[in-house]
Amino acid sequence: MSAHDHEHSQGSHGTMGSYMIGFGLSVLLTAIPFWLVMNQTFANPQVTAFVIMGFAMVQIIVHMIYFLHMNTRSEGGWSMMALLFTLVLVVITLSGSMWVMYHLNNNMMPHMEHDMSQMP
Amino acid sequence: MATRSAIDPAFLDNDGNPLFHLGEDPHHPEGSSTALGFWIYLMSDCLIFACLFAIYAVLGGNYAAGPGPRDLFDLNLVALNTAMLLFSSITYGFAMLAMEKDKVGATQAWLAITGLFGLAFLSIELYEFAHLIHEGATPQRSGFLSAFFALVGTHGLHVTFGIIWLVTLMVQVGQKGLIAANQRRLMCLSMFWHFLDVIWIGVFTFVYLMGMLR
Amino acid sequence: MSPHPASENSGIWKLIFGRLDWSSLPLHEPIVVGTFVMVALGGAVVLGLITKYRLWGMLWRDWFTTVDHKRIGIMYMVLGLIMFLRGFADAIMMRLQQAMAFNGSEGYLNSHHYDQIFTAHGVIMIFFVAMPMITGIMNYIVPLQIGARDVSFPFLNNFSFWMTTAGAIIVMMSLFVGEFARTGWLAYPPLSGIAYSPGVGVDYYIWGLQIAGIGTLLSGVNLIATIVKMRAPGMTMMKLPIFTWTSLCANILIVAAFPVLTAVLALLSLDRYVGTAFFTNDMGGNPMMYVNLIWIWGHPEVYILILPLFGVFSEVTSTFSSKRLFGYSSMVYATIVIALLSYLVWLHHFFTMGSGASVNSFFGITTMVISIPTGAKLFNWLFTMYRGRIRYELPMMWTVAFMLTFTVGGMTGVLLAVPPADFVLHNSLFLIAHFHNVIIGGVLFGLFAAINYWWPKAFGFRLETTWGKRSFWLWVVGFWVAFMPLYVLGLMGVTRRMRVFDDPSLQIWFQIAALGAVMIAGGIACMLIQFAVSIKNRDQLRDTTGDPWDGRTLEWATSSPPPDYNFAFTPVIHDGDAWADMKKRGYERPLTGYAPIHMPSNTGTGIIIAGLSVAFSVGMIWYIWWLAGLSFVAILAVAIGHTFNYKRDFTIPRDVVERTEGERSALLATQG
Repeated sequence: MSAHDHEHSQGSHGTMGSYMIGFGLSVLLTAIPFWLVMNQTFANPQVTAFVIMGFAMVQIIVHMIYFLHMNTRSEGGWSMMALLFTLVLVVITLSGSMWVMYHLNNNMMPHMEHDMSQMP
Repeated sequence: MATRSAIDPAFLDNDGNPLFHLGEDPHHPEGSSTALGFWIYLMSDCLIFACLFAIYAVLGGNYAAGPGPRDLFDLNLVALNTAMLLFSSITYGFAMLAMEKDKVGATQAWLAITGLFGLAFLSIELYEFAHLIHEGATPQRSGFLSAFFALVGTHGLHVTFGIIWLVTLMVQVGQKGLIAANQRRLMCLSMFWHFLDVIWIGVFTFVYLMGMLR
Repeated sequence: MSPHPASENSGIWKLIFGRLDWSSLPLHEPIVVGTFVMVALGGAVVLGLITKYRLWGMLWRDWFTTVDHKRIGIMYMVLGLIMFLRGFADAIMMRLQQAMAFNGSEGYLNSHHYDQIFTAHGVIMIFFVAMPMITGIMNYIVPLQIGARDVSFPFLNNFSFWMTTAGAIIVMMSLFVGEFARTGWLAYPPLSGIAYSPGVGVDYYIWGLQIAGIGTLLSGVNLIATIVKMRAPGMTMMKLPIFTWTSLCANILIVAAFPVLTAVLALLSLDRYVGTAFFTNDMGGNPMMYVNLIWIWGHPEVYILILPLFGVFSEVTSTFSSKRLFGYSSMVYATIVIALLSYLVWLHHFFTMGSGASVNSFFGITTMVISIPTGAKLFNWLFTMYRGRIRYELPMMWTVAFMLTFTVGGMTGVLLAVPPADFVLHNSLFLIAHFHNVIIGGVLFGLFAAINYWWPKAFGFRLETTWGKRSFWLWVVGFWVAFMPLYVLGLMGVTRRMRVFDDPSLQIWFQIAALGAVMIAGGIACMLIQFAVSIKNRDQLRDTTGDPWDGRTLEWATSSPPPDYNFAFTPVIHDGDAWADMKKRGYERPLTGYAPIHMPSNTGTGIIIAGLSVAFSVGMIWYIWWLAGLSFVAILAVAIGHTFNYKRDFTIPRDVVERTEGERSALLATQG
């Protein structure tokens, strides 16, 4: 972890094979959600929403592994740690804001909810 | 509490006494921190996008009696745009592979192709924006549109800077070849470029596809 | 801003000067004009002296363009000190105003001026005093503590400093050209929106913070990379000095929190400049979202400020008790837990906004939980002192004062964390007293401890103690006299940011508080005298050993001040208290076998880009679009141009190292 093993940590750039696997998966994982939404495959939009969110998550992981070459070894595990920490913060920021703002809206701006239900 | 028992045998002299200096100073090669430092910067950038996504999540339903996603978005265009960005990602990958094999010409060619795909992406995005504004769906129209333009526009701005950076690097590779410093820079831009791709996955899923489900 | 002669304001004038005209100069405010005259005269004298003694070349070569982390650290401290005087001037003006404005008196500040003062006080104290000072200390000490020769990205370090300075310059400019924000230090919309704040004040605020924010973020990235990658051999994470640990956590919080501030201020500026609807009352905007987001930054910011000082107190306690720090690993884990939890408490800043019982209880509980690791730290310090041979030098005195003061502030914080109690105390002077209690008692006392502790390291002589003790007692007593009345007033229901009062029975409390502020002013004066006297008597106060306090960590292993390259040989670490361990094992400084040392070279790019950023901000603030556009293009050009410079380092030759180390040997020999 300290001074000695720096030189070897920059080497992982992937191979032709790994790039092509990543690209193939990525095309697939992009095409399916588009197709699901454009063809309205599922009658219930909520089901579609959950499914495409699942696809997005898988695709993000695919990009992380095959294009960004994330693994637990590079930089002595520090890049992975930074990534996981950031993910936790992203989840806190997103879900926390939505939770807080949903309650604020409900309690303090009831007329807005009403307004929105009138929307086309 | 820090223990004093276990001393790394590499730091003992022949008699088993601890050394306080090494025979040769440990070497921090130039740029050995660059990859990690740049990655940490990207993580902070990621949090900027997290805020923009949060804004979109909260304001995305506030149409202010204006148009909503279903009235505005054209999924065919978005699919085409996504394809441009995906292609640019794999071509950047090819540039990195060529760089590893020390082929200056191939690296430059793949970089140029990547830049062209990036430009195509930007042009399509600008066309979409112009179209929306022409229809009266301006950023000022509603909270939803403000949040939409801020999120997608910030991504677009990043791509723009990525292209400026890419051109700069092509000039530098042209001048100096694939020296270690340039390789490091190409690797940083690679991380940046693929990172933008990851953000775009969030954008097309969360904004465009889920928008059409509203 | 206000009506102006039509001839000046039309056409070509507007194209060249935007909304800047003669009426922008606050000539109608005698206080501001007086201040300006004093600043201008003082500035002229300083500039004249620099020119007279031909110091410009030296300043440019050795300081402005330096990439040496030690010099940059000192420059951060100077910036913080200058801004501290400005921030304190604001504070004492508010205290006097509130002590006077009773029984129909309007006091001596009009509302336009008073509102700017309380906003500027908060902004300056947090962003341009506390932040530069902790960054300065971290910059100076962290590389020394981990046995490194510089930070990971030396140029970035210089650039960060100048961006912070550029932000400070923008904020200071608002004092004399135009106005500053009148919105409170976080500029909540809709008040900070264009409809209610059409002037330049909020724009000064936005651009000052955005420019400084870039500097802060980059210095955070830099220090994380430094701590992760540049540690001396043998220094595993659990052998890291505790100050470096707390700095690491603080910098992780910087990188995690400042992007949120950048994003939310960018959205506010979009609302102001192009009329989007993020935080507006109409068109589907939501001002509450601004409050939500800015506190996602704001609460971690509090811990960014205090964590490094927790590290300082740990180092000081352990050194002056001549003992190993009690509970090192629990200290590390407490720091990590505080860092994580600091991200889960932001809503306690707006319990009263109405998110309801379930949300409020969650954030109330997380807030109370955070006091547990903090309490654990306090016990660790006490147990370190227990049965130690305590030397009450100035740093230790500040540390003890911190423990007493901060504990009270922490307890009032737990009170405020109870949502029903907060509904009574929200936005009252009780809150003001609470956060001054933790920020002055924690951050400021910590900075004073750090300055007294590390001054000999940075300059080669100790700080004089007589004036130091006078400053200490005036500060500590002054603090209690100034802020205890505010607790009382807060419990009586007095809200913050008031300019005049109707109830005459309150006046005595404000007068006591003003007396406290005057005592603090005396404390500041004594501190400045302490610096001056110490510089004058530096030969008697000289530290020739490099280790004046019998220190325990690596920064005391090298000379005071350290050579440019910090360590002639990179040390190998066997123990958490590396230097104490080396001394115990009878370490002898090697006198031969020096090698040439590789160092980064100076560059003027940082100060140039920062200067252009000031020009860009002025253009944006005053709607001088050509200036903004030109400077933006220039910034890009200079930044790109800088990347074409591949030759960024030089080598200190062997004989220079030999000479420097030889001088130190001679100095050490005089000790006998």
